[in-house]
Amino acid sequence: MIPPDLAANPRLDRWVGFETPGVARVAVGKVEYGQGALTGLAQIAADELDVSMAQLRLVNPATGASPDEGLTVGSMTTEMSGAAVRAACAEVRSLFVAAVAERLACPAEALEIIEGAFLRDGEPTGLDYWALAGEVDLARAPGDDAAPKKPQDHRIVGREWPRLDLPPKLFGGAYIHDLDLPGMVHARVVRQPAPGAQLVEIDERAIRHAAGETAEILREKAFLALVCSSERAIDAAAEAAERTTHWEGAPDLDPDVSEPESLKVLPATEYPGGEAPAGPSNRRRIEAAYGRPYISHASIGPSCGIARFQDGRLDVWTHAQGVYPMQGMLARLTGLEPERISVTHVQAPGNYGHNGSDDAAVDAALIAVRRPGAPVRVRWRREDEFGFEPLGTAMWIELSAELDAGGRLADYTAHVWSGSHTGGRGAALDQTALELPPAPPMAPRPGAPRFSGAILNALPSYEIPAARFVEHAVTAPMRTSSLRGLGGPANTFASECFIDELAEAAGADPLTWRLDMTSDPRALGVMERLARMCDWIDRGPPGSGRGLGLAYCRYRGRGAYVAVAAAVTVETEARLDHLWCAADCGQVINPDGCRNQLEGGMIMGASWALKEQVKLGGRGVASTTFSDYPILRFSEIPPVEIDLVMAQDQPSLGAGEVSLGPAMAAIGNALAHALGARIRQTPFTREKIVHALLA
Amino acid sequence: MIRDVNLRINGQPRRIEVDDTASLLDVLRNRLDLKGARFGCGAGECGACAVLVDGAVETACQLEVGNLEDRAIITLEGIGSPERPHPLQQAFLDRQAGQCGYCLSGILISAKALLDRNPDPTRAEIAMALDRHLCRCGAHNRIMDAVSLAARRMREDATAGARLA
Repeated sequence: MIPPDLAANPRLDRWVGFETPGVARVAVGKVEYGQGALTGLAQIAADELDVSMAQLRLVNPATGASPDEGLTVGSMTTEMSGAAVRAACAEVRSLFVAAVAERLACPAEALEIIEGAFLRDGEPTGLDYWALAGEVDLARAPGDDAAPKKPQDHRIVGREWPRLDLPPKLFGGAYIHDLDLPGMVHARVVRQPAPGAQLVEIDERAIRHAAGETAEILREKAFLALVCSSERAIDAAAEAAERTTHWEGAPDLDPDVSEPESLKVLPATEYPGGEAPAGPSNRRRIEAAYGRPYISHASIGPSCGIARFQDGRLDVWTHAQGVYPMQGMLARLTGLEPERISVTHVQAPGNYGHNGSDDAAVDAALIAVRRPGAPVRVRWRREDEFGFEPLGTAMWIELSAELDAGGRLADYTAHVWSGSHTGGRGAALDQTALELPPAPPMAPRPGAPRFSGAILNALPSYEIPAARFVEHAVTAPMRTSSLRGLGGPANTFASECFIDELAEAAGADPLTWRLDMTSDPRALGVMERLARMCDWIDRGPPGSGRGLGLAYCRYRGRGAYVAVAAAVTVETEARLDHLWCAADCGQVINPDGCRNQLEGGMIMGASWALKEQVKLGGRGVASTTFSDYPILRFSEIPPVEIDLVMAQDQPSLGAGEVSLGPAMAAIGNALAHALGARIRQTPFTREKIVHALLA
Repeated sequence: MIRDVNLRINGQPRRIEVDDTASLLDVLRNRLDLKGARFGCGAGECGACAVLVDGAVETACQLEVGNLEDRAIITLEGIGSPERPHPLQQAFLDRQAGQCGYCLSGILISAKALLDRNPDPTRAEIAMALDRHLCRCGAHNRIMDAVSLAARRMREDATAGARLA
C-alpha cells in the first residue's frame, strides 16, 4: 500500500532528485523543531537509496520545494513522513536499478548500489544515480511493486546519528530571529485585549515620542499596527501604545476560571464513546476527580514572522508547524491567490505544539500587504507570547470504576471536561478587527469524522471488561489549541493515578495489578524492564516522605508503549530524586534522538506536574513572565535513565509526545506514596502538599 | 543620548554611534551582527542572552551599552567557531546536548565562566551555575553531562600540556 503522504503527493520528483552531481535531494513536508525528526528522515532516505548521509541534502521545507504533508504534529513525523520517504526512495531506487539493468543487459539482482554508484557483481560499472538522472523520469507516480528494504538490511537506520540541525545552534545565528533581510523594518500589532474589543483612543504622539524615530501607525477599525526601522524603536513604541491605548468591550475575567473545575459550569456538548453505560451492580464502586489547569507552551524565544509584499507576491518566513497550511491560511486572510504566496520554514525555539508562531507570521503578512516593499519583521515580546498564544486547555476528569468481588477491575468510566486541543490558527488577531473581515476558516464537511484531542488516552491501556468515556466539550474562556500530547498527558495522569488508587483499594501492588490487566507482551515488556530499573521490589511503605511511583500507557492506544517511574522526596515541597523510563517505540531510527525525545518529554511532564499553571485574570492571561510562570530549573532536574527497546521488526512509533503523561502520573503516584495522601490536581505546589498533609 | 561608545567585544575594539541607553543585546544583534546572544524574555529571567563582562555572566538584555566602555565583553562567537570549537562546544556536539538549542548560547557562556573558575565541577555545581538558564526542551541532563565532559577533556589537555612543558 502506498503511504498516505506519498499518495497525496504522488510525483516522485517532489520527494527525490539527483539534479546536482553527487547530491541526493530529498524533500519532506515536515519541519524541524529541534527534535531531530528530519535527521531521522534523512537516515531513512539514505538507507533506502544507498547513498551516504554526506551525499544527502534535505531541502528546507518551503511551498513549491516540498511535498505537502500538512502540519508537523502528533508525534507523526517518523510514522507518516518516514513511511512516505521510505516508499518514495524505494521506488526511485528500483527505477534506477531497472534502467541500469537494461543498459547493461544484466539481471537487476546482479546490481548493488554503494554511495550512489552502481556495482555489477561487485565490480564498478561507472554508472551512478547522477549519470542516469536524465534517463529516469521521476515526474511520475509510484507503482506499488518496489519493496522497501527489510529492517535487517538497514545500515543507517537504527544507528546513532548526530543531528543535522544542531551544529549552527552552538555557534551563533541559526533561527528566524536572526534573519536580517535587506531593508527590513520592525513591526508589532497592538493586540486587542479580547475578541470584539473596540479601539477607542490611541495616543499617537506618545507612541512616536517613545519610538524616538519615525514610527508608522497603521490603524484600521480595531487593527492597530506599528512599524519602525529598528527593533529598539518598535519595542518602545509598542510599549507606549499598550500603555496609552484605550479599548472598550474587553470584560475582566474572574480569576476562578483559572481552575480546571471551572470547566464544569460552562455549557458543554457531550460526545460519548466506548461501551454502553453499565447497569446496576453490587460491585464495589470507587470515584475520583482529577484536574490539570491551563498551561503554556513557554517556548524560550517568543514567536517571530517575516513577510514581504512586492509586485503582488507575498513571501513569508515562519516557524509555524507547516508551510502549506500557512499558505492556505494567508490566502484566506489576505485574499491573495495561494500561488502568489510563498512560505519558507526557518528554525526557531521549540514550539511544542501550536504556540504563537502562526500568529507572528500572520501579523507580519497583514502588515506587509498594507505596506508593500520592505520586508516586515514581527517579533513578539515575552508578554505577547505568554499573553496571546493559544493555551493548552485545562481539563477536568471524573473517573469511576467497579471492582469485582475478587478485586479485579470490572468496569471503568471517564468523564472528560476539556476546551479544544486544535484550531484557532492565526486567530490572535480577531478577524472582525479588520475593515474587510476575511472569510472564516473552512468549517469541517458535514458528516466528516470529528477529531478530538480531549479523549486521547481517556481510557487506560489495559484489557478492561467494560469501559466508556464521555467527552464534555466546552468553549474555554481563552483561545486554546494543541500542546504536546493534546489531552493524552492529562488523561494519562488521571487514569494512571486512579489505577494506583484502585490497586490500593484492591489491596494489590500497583505494578502487579497492572501486569495482571494486560496480555500484550510489549506492554508487559516495558513494565517489567521498568520494575528492574527502579528496584520496584524494594519499594518502601507509604507515608515516609520518600516515594516511588510508576505509570504505564500506550500512547493514543495505538502508539509507543511507555512506562515511567519516579522517586520523590517530600517535605513541604516535592523534590524529584530520579526518573526512569522503559519504552518500546517500534523500529528506532536514531536511538539517541529517540532517547532525547523521551527524556525531554519526561522533564516537560515533570515541570507541568510540579510547577505549571497559567493564571487568568484581568483581560486575559495574568501570568506573562517566567517569574509568574516558572518551569523546572537545572537544580531541580533529576537524573534520568532510559531503557529503549529496539523493536526493529516493528513499525516505527513516534516518541515526541509519549512520555509526558506517564511521567506526570508516575510523579503523582510517587508523591501519594511519599505522603500517604493523594493530590489529584497539578501543579503539586507547596500549598497543595501542605493541604494534603493536614487533611 | 546618541554618542560614540567604545566597546571591547571578543577582544576587538568596536566604536559605534548609538544611544548610550540601548541594551547590549540590541547592539550585539542589530548593530554588530553578533546573533549568538538571543532574545528570550527581555527581563533577565531566561538567560538566553547571557554574555561575559570582565569574566562574569550577565544578561545582555539588562545592560546599557553606555556603561560598558572598556569592559571585556565575550559573546558566544568569542568562545569558539565551527572551525575552532571551544571544548564546551565540541562536548555539546559529542553529547548531542540540546534540542531546539535556543537556550544553548547562554548556557555555553555560563558553563565557560564556571570552568574558568572551577575546572572540576560536580553535577550539583554545574546545576547551580546553570540555574539562571531556562531550557524548555528538557535537555538539562545532556547539557550537564556535556559540561562535565568538556571539563574532563580540558583537565586532561592541561595535564598533557604540563607534561610536555
